[in-house]
Amino acid sequence: MKLKGPDLFVPLGAVAAAMLVFGVFCAALGVNPLGVYASLWKAGFGSWYSWQNTLVRASPLLLCGLCTALPARAGIIVIGNEGAVVVGGLGAITAGLSTAQMPSLVSLTFMVLAAMLCGGLWIAFSVALQHYRGVSAVISGLLLNYLAIALMNQLIEGPLRDPSSFNSPATFPLPLDHRLGFFSGTHVHHGLLFGVIGCLVAWFLVERTTFGFSMKVAGGNVRTAKLVGLPVGRLVVMAGFLGGACAGIAGMVEVAAVHGRGNESLNAGYGYTGILVAFLARQSPLGVMLFSVLVGGLVAGSGMLQRAHDLPDATITVLEGTLFLFILLSDTVYGRLKIPGGKANAVAA
Amino acid sequence: MKPPDIEAVGITKTFGALKAVDNVSLHLPPGVFHALLGENGAGKSTLVKCLMGFYPADQGVVKVNGEPLRVGSPKEARRHGIGMVFQHFTLVPSMTVAENLVLARPDLPMVIDWKAERVRLAEFLKQAPFHVDPDSRISTLSAGQKQKVEILKELYLETRFLILDEPTSVLTPQEADEVLGLLRRMVDRGELSVLLITHKFREVFAFCDGVTVLRRGKQAGAGRTADLDSARMAEMMMGEARAERKVGKTRSPGGPVLYLDGIGAVGDSGVEAVKEVRLTVREGEIVGIAGVSGNGQRELLEAIAGQREMTAGAITVDGERHLPTREMLLQHRFFILPEEPLRNASAPRMSVAENIAFRLFDRPPFQKFGFLLDRKAIADFGREMIRKFSVRPPEGELAIGDLSGGNVQRAILARELSSGKVRVLVAANPCFGLDFKAVDFIHDQLLQARNDGAAVLLISEDLDELLELADRIFVMSEGKLVFETTPEAADLALIGRQMAGQRV
Repeated sequence: MKLKGPDLFVPLGAVAAAMLVFGVFCAALGVNPLGVYASLWKAGFGSWYSWQNTLVRASPLLLCGLCTALPARAGIIVIGNEGAVVVGGLGAITAGLSTAQMPSLVSLTFMVLAAMLCGGLWIAFSVALQHYRGVSAVISGLLLNYLAIALMNQLIEGPLRDPSSFNSPATFPLPLDHRLGFFSGTHVHHGLLFGVIGCLVAWFLVERTTFGFSMKVAGGNVRTAKLVGLPVGRLVVMAGFLGGACAGIAGMVEVAAVHGRGNESLNAGYGYTGILVAFLARQSPLGVMLFSVLVGGLVAGSGMLQRAHDLPDATITVLEGTLFLFILLSDTVYGRLKIPGGKANAVAA
Repeated sequence: MKPPDIEAVGITKTFGALKAVDNVSLHLPPGVFHALLGENGAGKSTLVKCLMGFYPADQGVVKVNGEPLRVGSPKEARRHGIGMVFQHFTLVPSMTVAENLVLARPDLPMVIDWKAERVRLAEFLKQAPFHVDPDSRISTLSAGQKQKVEILKELYLETRFLILDEPTSVLTPQEADEVLGLLRRMVDRGELSVLLITHKFREVFAFCDGVTVLRRGKQAGAGRTADLDSARMAEMMMGEARAERKVGKTRSPGGPVLYLDGIGAVGDSGVEAVKEVRLTVREGEIVGIAGVSGNGQRELLEAIAGQREMTAGAITVDGERHLPTREMLLQHRFFILPEEPLRNASAPRMSVAENIAFRLFDRPPFQKFGFLLDRKAIADFGREMIRKFSVRPPEGELAIGDLSGGNVQRAILARELSSGKVRVLVAANPCFGLDFKAVDFIHDQLLQARNDGAAVLLISEDLDELLELADRIFVMSEGKLVFETTPEAADLALIGRQMAGQRV
């Protein structure tokens, strides 16, 4: 498929419209919107130091974006990313603590596998509910998010709790040499590699393998997929598993690179932001790479808004929400847009 | 209020190149029960929409009580007491009968005085032709009761000229007799005129005073039912037998290949749509299934194609059990050409070349090392098929959803006929909505597949198509195969009666 004009103009137009509305919002709060955007730019992309902050935020977003983008190719809308991050993180810390005596690399491998399994099964369950029982994956995914958070609180305040963590309950820490390292000379951890590799593998899977092709047929038209004998149920559940596995790794990265233990910070909203990234990227794995960095920059800049403009941290959530709304709205514009001087959309016989 | 006098003179209506209604005249004085008879696509619905002022006629005029009907305003028809009950229910399932009736009032105030409405409704129901409990929820009613509520709704709105669009297609014969019988009594009392769109002769004879027969948009005949018999009416509806076919059949059928062993399936509304369909298609043979739309053909095809669950029976190919999995489809060389290919057989946003590769993409040469997709091989194969089957425009990367209907059909045909030697081909209305050139092309391809030894099952609502192509023809009615014949021995009147559900 060729990239057509609207594929570029429509999302860009939506972003511009969202920025305009958010600008009005800032102005209403008595803050100069241009100043806000300048601060955001500076905090996200203004210096090498801010780029590093952005990349740290981008690494879980890469994986969380895939959690929505991969099942979307098979025609299923997944928004249970946050839950998959949390259970992935819980699986990772459990595996990490039980393999604390083993060599570092072995332990990390177990952590990744446990995270993939937990996150994958979490989303696969939600997708299977939709395919086999008719329960919308949007609803079940949303509810499973709360379930995951409740499960996390249960575990870190109960069986997994480190008794020395008084104020904010947490698990025992991972041994220092069982954590993910940093790229030399930066504070960007190796979790970024998981994200980048995840997106490249996902792109390859979707665009270059027969499995990805089957997934796209099922996502493109279930009736046709059945007509040509594709096992639709297996395909969509597998797509859900792969997406959930990615979000699970995001949880593992948070545990093994950022916090060093399992605590409430697992539920930091990367899962939700990942949904935004996937929709901005129009569910394309390579697009997820681009938009993870952009949105990562926004997230990194949220602190700056407070320091420079005295706006609350949550202001950035307002911008994210506005962006999301306009991106969803823009989807309805496709096909109705007449580009002056361009060819008509439909081709006559 | 008396029923209006409605007269249509020389109505012609064209859509693009298609003359949907061609110079049809009709006069319905107050208090008649008239039938509009014809096959699918004969122009019945279009004519009725002109009568209601829904479409402006290109030529001709509709007069109500002697004055020309103003076009384009549903209120105008309503003012004259003209109303229509559609084939598909327009009731709100979660609301009660009373709520649905009141909801239909055109002058509904912002705040509804339910007490007053209920009194009015009770008055109305007292002298209504049939009784339905006003407090029962629509979703709990049977199809027959829903149909009654639809009719009650029209009467409540003071309709005096009632148009019924195949009302009995969802009813059991007993329900149909009851509903039509009660309406007949209202007509006899001079309270109502009815125009009944139907393809069932039995209803025409039992309830109607007169009949107008449409065939391909033209008025094929008209008269008083008392002066006609079913043979004469079937001849009007079907037309004369067609001329000899152009494409010859180069072989006679061989041994049995495809066997449908008592297939059953349930329709979308939960009723049994396909009942114990049993037939054999031999090598080098085209077996046709004729029938009026909505008699289970769609569900049968979907069951065969794996798009709908089979509730009974089995499919056998060359003596082996067939299931719609990729392995078996390929092993049995089983191909399917469903109706509406864009909806049923393509992924509209994927490219033409990709769509053409759906059958083969996971086999060499399109697949490498067991999992890799060779995109160049797919593009090359697509280009070759596009050329061979003259798909326009000849661009493989274009989304198939952007192609015209005929070209989508060609692309899907290319996939189904060129993904290996065809052993079994099942096609449903393959030429629906296509121009003559495309129709001839597709007929040639079907005959070619037959001559090459395929077992072809052709489900079609176009009897002429079946008479031209098939070696044997079954008639499907109410989910069952009710009749078998050959084109040579075909008695059109008899086929028509069988299609119309009349056992002889």
